Amino acid sequence: MKTASGFNSLEDASGASQSLVPVRFDGQDYMLPEGANLAASLLTAGVSVFRNAPATGAPRGPFCMMGVCYDCLVNIDGITQQACQTSVEANMNVCKPATPADLNTEDDHA
Amino acid sequence: MLDTELAIIGAGPAGMAAAIEAANCGIASVLIDEQQSVGGQIYRDVERVAPLRGAMLGQDFLDGLPLAEGTHSPLITHLAGAVVWQVEKDGTITCSVKDQARQIKAQRILIATGAIERPMPLPGWTMPGVMTVGAGQILLKQSGLIPNKAVLIGSGPLLYVLASQMLKAKTPPLAIIETQTMGDLTKAMKHIGGALRGWRYLLKGTKLLSALKMGGVKRYTGASNIRLEGEGAVASVSFQCGARSHTIPCDTALLHHGVVPNVQISRALQLDHHWDAQQACFSPSLDEWGKSSEATIFIAGDGAGIGGAKAADLCGRIAALKLASELGKLDEENLQQRAAPLKSALLKENAARPFLDRAYPPFKDAQSPQDKTIVCRCEEVTAGEIRKTIALGCQGPNQLKAFLRAGMGPCQGRGCGLTISTLFAEQTGKSMQEIDYFTIRSPLKPITLGELASLKQKDVERLF
Amino acid sequence: MNTNFTIIGGGVVGMSLAWGLLKHGHTVAILDGSDGSFRASRGNFGLIWIQGKGAKAPHYAKWSRLSASLYADFADELTEATGIPLGLEQNGGFDYHFSEESLQKTVQSYERLKQEFDGDYPFEILCGEDLRKEEPTLGPDIVAGILHHDDGHLNPLKLLRALQQDVQQMGGTYLTNRHVVDVSKTDHFTLTCADNETFHSERVILAAGLGSRDLGPKMGFVAPLEPERGQVLITEKLPRMINRPSVTARQVDEGGIQIGATNERVGYDDGTTIDGIAFLAAEAIRTHPFLAKTKLVRSWGALRVMSKDGLPIYQQSQSMPGAYLVTCHSGITLSAVHGKLLPSWFDQKNDAPNLEKFSEDRFRL
Ligand SMILES: Cc1cc2nc3c(=O)[nH]c(=O)nc-3n(C[C@H](O)[C@H](O)[C@H](O)COP(=O)(O)OP(=O)(O)OC[C@H]3O[C@@H](n4cnc5c(N)ncnc54)[C@H](O)[C@@H]3O)c2cc1C
Ligand SMILES: Cc1cc2nc3c(=O)[nH]c(=O)nc-3n(C[C@H](O)[C@H](O)[C@H](O)COP(=O)(O)OP(=O)(O)OC[C@H]3O[C@@H](n4cnc5c(N)ncnc54)[C@H](O)[C@@H]3O)c2cc1C
Ligand code: FES
Repeated sequence: MKTASGFNSLEDASGASQSLVPVRFDGQDYMLPEGANLAASLLTAGVSVFRNAPATGAPRGPFCMMGVCYDCLVNIDGITQQACQTSVEANMNVCKPATPADLNTEDDHA
Repeated sequence: MLDTELAIIGAGPAGMAAAIEAANCGIASVLIDEQQSVGGQIYRDVERVAPLRGAMLGQDFLDGLPLAEGTHSPLITHLAGAVVWQVEKDGTITCSVKDQARQIKAQRILIATGAIERPMPLPGWTMPGVMTVGAGQILLKQSGLIPNKAVLIGSGPLLYVLASQMLKAKTPPLAIIETQTMGDLTKAMKHIGGALRGWRYLLKGTKLLSALKMGGVKRYTGASNIRLEGEGAVASVSFQCGARSHTIPCDTALLHHGVVPNVQISRALQLDHHWDAQQACFSPSLDEWGKSSEATIFIAGDGAGIGGAKAADLCGRIAALKLASELGKLDEENLQQRAAPLKSALLKENAARPFLDRAYPPFKDAQSPQDKTIVCRCEEVTAGEIRKTIALGCQGPNQLKAFLRAGMGPCQGRGCGLTISTLFAEQTGKSMQEIDYFTIRSPLKPITLGELASLKQKDVERLF
Repeated sequence: MNTNFTIIGGGVVGMSLAWGLLKHGHTVAILDGSDGSFRASRGNFGLIWIQGKGAKAPHYAKWSRLSASLYADFADELTEATGIPLGLEQNGGFDYHFSEESLQKTVQSYERLKQEFDGDYPFEILCGEDLRKEEPTLGPDIVAGILHHDDGHLNPLKLLRALQQDVQQMGGTYLTNRHVVDVSKTDHFTLTCADNETFHSERVILAAGLGSRDLGPKMGFVAPLEPERGQVLITEKLPRMINRPSVTARQVDEGGIQIGATNERVGYDDGTTIDGIAFLAAEAIRTHPFLAKTKLVRSWGALRVMSKDGLPIYQQSQSMPGAYLVTCHSGITLSAVHGKLLPSWFDQKNDAPNLEKFSEDRFRL
């Protein structure tokens, strides 16, 4: 979900020149500052829902930013990771982690 | 396997100071932290950030620079981006660096993993846009991000610290909704004597408050019945002050009502813990040097009991001196001599705690949430379900975990453990000490099975 | 308190018995230990497992199969009464083999059982594409899988919770933190707890898991029980990846993948070891390679309750008639027979199952 970001960035104002690199989130392409915190960068880019809670599918986003709550979990190149503990790298392929709700679609085994 | 005399887990003020003090005694240490740079929570990424926005973050942040610089010693090996997921009593530490397992074998271990924010379950707290005040601060410090339309909710000095930093950055919060009451302040006044000995804190508090007032930041105190509202993301917060109801539209709501020791590692090691009634948290039981019930394992900083950054620094040094003496690098006389000034500074530092703890107590409605409120965020378990299961004769937190899955998710109970123990105590009339806490098992943080399998050395007996 | 039955131990064995006795109109009290007690019922693998069982003791194979055949009704009854779905699936289970040799050895023992059952022992051997069609995530090292159609699995925690809830709904008394230290008999039984509280009843069942080892001899039982540790792993929740359970891995109803389990004799230590969990992870990845990138959320150890020969014990005390010992190492699998058939054994009804071969006489010889 991409909306207008609820956050103001001071980083540009401070003149720090970080190079922007492409990162894909849920099929959309973003240019994010290399080496920056992934959760913070996605929030700045207007992403607010990072995952759906496995039991009910309720939307979730970063809560603690210090690696405690696991509500920032995303799938990065096939592995579930905490976005708030990850730095932006070029060409990361990020998406919401699959949940057991996806189970029903493939559930027609004998 | 990396062999070392001393392994320090956590590179906040406690861990950094301990590593420096140990190096001063000639001890080589490995300083392990899951973050990419040293600093811990208060001095997060201080070396990179200080030149960018040190002035806005203030002297309390810049105080971390000498510590961070001190860790660039040839005797200190900083293991960055290393998530510790298992610690064993024999001194083996296993951590994950970029999904690769690394093991360290230490003669002594110092746990300096700091605090986590006290869980604050309120109606609607799981929605995107609701975060903690600590998170707001981390975003500001590390990434230079400020929420445009934020409210701060809860109690404690950290609310004022963040609000004043936001004010300096010209994006003040829309309001601070505080849960402590005048009654709390009156009770706290009994301890003002101690606080005066730690006068720096009072002065700082007063200064912060008057700056906020000057800046026009609206404060509500004694708030109750707080609800976060919105469809899919937070859009407003409603609450009551006395007879009056208020609703404030917002994009971001930041919660906080104190911090509690992060006891994941000490619990997993099954070290002794006790209930600290004044700080309303479980703390590891330690001697005056920070030694735990396991002779080779020490704990310092907020993880040993909440004392703040300066106290964490002092505790770290005191523990390091004792460790140096046990490792044969410091004789008894030198130990006492060098520890004495640190210990008296620590006493002074802690003098304001009783006042602060009473003036800003945890929010009752969040300690005992409404039935419909989610308590375990990972497994989405409500307070009502927990109460119902306790009523069925569930023995304690561990049986409850089995029945409701609360505490079984990826956060391993960090976000619900304290609330669940509290609900048990409330309903059964037993003490918190008696109820106790979840059993914590490795991995302390999720790791890939591939990483785990890379540690396989031999087959273990299996029937099938 | 005076009841027809007092049951010592509120694990899955004790609760299944309580459930059955209440259904038969008895009054029942259950005295259970504390939050920190050893509890196999809380740490197990959740299989209703038939294949391989009782290769040397066909009466045990029969008893287990009887339980599997009663399970669907048993689970329905529990779910209807409590609203708790148990996640029961009985579509068969796999035993995987990495070598032709181990496959042949296993098949031989199954063939012998098949004869015991007059040909009614429904297993088949799948390999190559046939196998991968059933389980697309299997790795290349697997040469074959034995699919046994009696096997299944459920959520054992939900089973225990449902039993506990229904027992109380039916009027059973469930009391925790009651550590029974002594049992004596006059015209009725008196049970004494660690804090000196006493309970009285007409009959007593000892179903205290490993706790039966200490109490058993006081009540005239041999109770030759030993702990056997099993370490177990559970991963993050995933969409459906594994269709049928195996003894290596199963996907639980909530989506996580459970990986098990070691069999270690290490006394009363229910901890985990790096050697143990790393070994389990490696085996699981060899079976289902996608697991290498899956996150492990938790590991734990739990203690199995093992009798000397690994078989269940059903015994009435000779020195204290009216006292019974019930224990087994597969309490999940046997929960249905315990709940549905044992009450008539206690009451010596005509339709009582014949359990002579499970008596303690076998240890006294
Ligand atoms: C979010 C937050 C914000 C705060 N902001 C302020 C503030 O602005 N002003 C103030 O006065 N006080 C603040 N505090 C309190 C302050 O953090 C503490 O008083 C002080 O930092 C304690 O220092 P410490 O060394 O004990 O722990 P910390 O500074 O918390 O350091 C602990 C370190 O351990 C690491 N760690 C934890 N677990 C693991 C693991 N399993 N593997 C590897 N590394 C691990 C963490 O990454 C962290 O760097 C804050 C606390 C929190 C939780
Ligand atoms: C790792 C592992 C995997 C397993 N996998 C399976 C499987 O896949 N399928 C299967 O069928 N089985 C499996 N089992 C076995 C199954 O879990 C056990 O057979 C079953 O749980 C035993 O139940 P119980 O009630 O006898 O014992 P427990 O669950 O141990 O319960 C005993 C109870 O008695 C109480 N108690 C003890 N002493 C006293 C006392 N003196 N007074 C009062 N109360 C007392 C305790 O507090 C406890 O609650 C597994 C076991 C383990 C450990
Ligand atoms: S935001 Fe809490 S773990 Fe990342």
